[in-house]
Amino acid sequence: MDLMEKLNILADAAKYDAACTSSGVTRGGRAGTIGNASNSGCCHSFSADGRCVSLLKVLMTNHCRYDCAYCVNRRSNDLPRAAFTPRELCELTIQFYRRNYIEGLFLSSAVLKSPDYTTEQMIEALRLLRTEYHFNGYIHAKAIPGADPGLTYRLGLLADRLSVNIELPSEQSLNLLCPDKSKGAILAPMAQIRDGAAQSKAELKLYRHAPKFAPAGQSTQMIVGATPENDLHILRLSAGLYQKYGLKRVFFSAYMPVSDNKLLPAPAGFKPPLLREHRLYQADWLMRFYGFSAGEILDEDHPNFDAALDPKSDWALRHPEFFPVELNKAPYEVILRVPGIGVRGAQRIVTARRVGPLTFEGVKRLGIVMKRAQYFITCSGHFLPGLKSGQDTVYRRLAGLEREALPAGQGEQLSLFDQVVS
Amino acid sequence: MSAVCYRYDGMFDGFLTCVFESYVNKELPAEFLLLDDPALTLWPERVVETHPAHAKRVREGLGKKTSAQFRTQMERAYLTCLPDRDMILYRLIRRGFDEGDRVSRDLTDPDMAKVTLALQKMWTEWDHLKGFVRFSELEGFLVGEIEPKNRVLPLLAPHFAARLNGEKVILYDRTHHEALFAAGFRWTIEPVEDFSMGPAGAEERSWRRLWKSFFNTIAIEGRINPKCQATHLPKRYRHVMTEFMEEEQKGLDGGYTKKEKCGIIGKPARLGG
Repeated sequence: MDLMEKLNILADAAKYDAACTSSGVTRGGRAGTIGNASNSGCCHSFSADGRCVSLLKVLMTNHCRYDCAYCVNRRSNDLPRAAFTPRELCELTIQFYRRNYIEGLFLSSAVLKSPDYTTEQMIEALRLLRTEYHFNGYIHAKAIPGADPGLTYRLGLLADRLSVNIELPSEQSLNLLCPDKSKGAILAPMAQIRDGAAQSKAELKLYRHAPKFAPAGQSTQMIVGATPENDLHILRLSAGLYQKYGLKRVFFSAYMPVSDNKLLPAPAGFKPPLLREHRLYQADWLMRFYGFSAGEILDEDHPNFDAALDPKSDWALRHPEFFPVELNKAPYEVILRVPGIGVRGAQRIVTARRVGPLTFEGVKRLGIVMKRAQYFITCSGHFLPGLKSGQDTVYRRLAGLEREALPAGQGEQLSLFDQVVS
Repeated sequence: MSAVCYRYDGMFDGFLTCVFESYVNKELPAEFLLLDDPALTLWPERVVETHPAHAKRVREGLGKKTSAQFRTQMERAYLTCLPDRDMILYRLIRRGFDEGDRVSRDLTDPDMAKVTLALQKMWTEWDHLKGFVRFSELEGFLVGEIEPKNRVLPLLAPHFAARLNGEKVILYDRTHHEALFAAGFRWTIEPVEDFSMGPAGAEERSWRRLWKSFFNTIAIEGRINPKCQATHLPKRYRHVMTEFMEEEQKGLDGGYTKKEKCGIIGKPARLGG
């Protein structure tokens, strides 16, 4: 089998992994090595589905001994199978990297023979890449649940980021769909990575050349829409993961029908819940950068996102007592909660008002788009002249803006009417 | 104070020399033109020869009066494609000397607002191009081309010089007709009038094919979304990106430009400055 065929098979098998970020670590170029890394990461292309292509995302092999119902690589699926040799993988990575196609390597694997054996194969490839090919760029490796902690540790010394997929948002779903995996087996390496990274950081403070274990931290991903958990449950779970396991990112992946298993939604006519995935990411951003907690975004009375409205506008409309926000007086954290004002806008407002009182004219000049913000802000005590702001009007206007922003068809995919029925 | 039109060489030091001249001669520039600009002007013209020591005095004075941050901002803003850039920067620098660092916070001022947005756009373009640049291995060099709106080459230079420190890199800017030459952490940017990439060898073509194939495979059919793709990767970048170029249809030459006959024109001899 030639390299092209292998690459096609093993990239195809890896594409359902959502994470393709190259962020979390800064490392300058070093003489005698190729590559560097920057904290914010770098997208090198965007595929036809609009997802960032940052890393060469492939599996070591797609031969799998497991039979997880939602996964394309499950044992019972009739697929062409392939495996890279460590050297083939190194050549591909280096040649792609030199041409600036990629920011590094994302290496995952199906479980061939055993978790230990699979991890050993991955370690061998990464060791070769780091030592013989002197690759100094970004590496993201998947920790294989069930592998010996010693092996996972060695993997973490070679990689910048490790991740373990939590796969499904609840233990019941996991037991139902992946009989070979258990919650414990998934959380054990997560805890190990957390502790290993913390220990490595502590050691680095004492001596400069201490080995770096997963310096870019860990991430995880879960499939949304294959099982019945509601949005609140998923949001609480990810908030818990951020807190308990110190994750850098939680990724959500709208379920794509890859199987006709009776336990999963039937493939015929199934639309992947892309809008729901989008809302989850919006909420994730609110939690990570805007100071919102999971309990604020959704609660028992509203356990699911409003399809017609982004979570920030939704929160704002449910909290009229919080508004209007006076841009000349309100603290940064409060301005950040205004729909339509982001981190950059809020920073500019706080800077600019030190020079003199802000007017709406001035706020517009800061590059702040008023479409959403206008209903929630005042400048020196006044609303924007001529503003219509009944509760219903505002809801309709905001929902209208949101409809324009979404890709054709997606706005209608979950209409208000569906919400009422379900 | 009398109004004049300054003609200078189009470098930042030249621009700072103009600022110096305007203070010395108590003049207020109404227009800035380049030395070779055929445009005529209504104001009396003064040709300003770049004077490094005068430029240095303005640079240091500005840093002291305002802040290092504001000075860097002005210097960076000079790389942007902001319309009427020179007059805007002149007014801001002048305000900096009069009012101190207050001007750097006055983001609602029309001039400062324009500069802030222009800088934001330039950093976005820089960030895009760090990823979207595509190199080809041609005759032992890694060669690439870009067509940016802003003059981002000086900002991209340290990035690629460090990342590919073991390679000899040439990156040509089609908009501003200049090229980056980098090797072993060192780099230089030289004006290059005529540039075209040579034909790719068999090995280069096979890596391109592998990359394209990977790129096409990695998209999930059920989620195809060209609008989202275009938001993140605007179409203006694509004509020099391997994965969007139809190479095989052009036969075996596989070059990037229409002028496939010549090799690399440039000054590789100056590599490493």
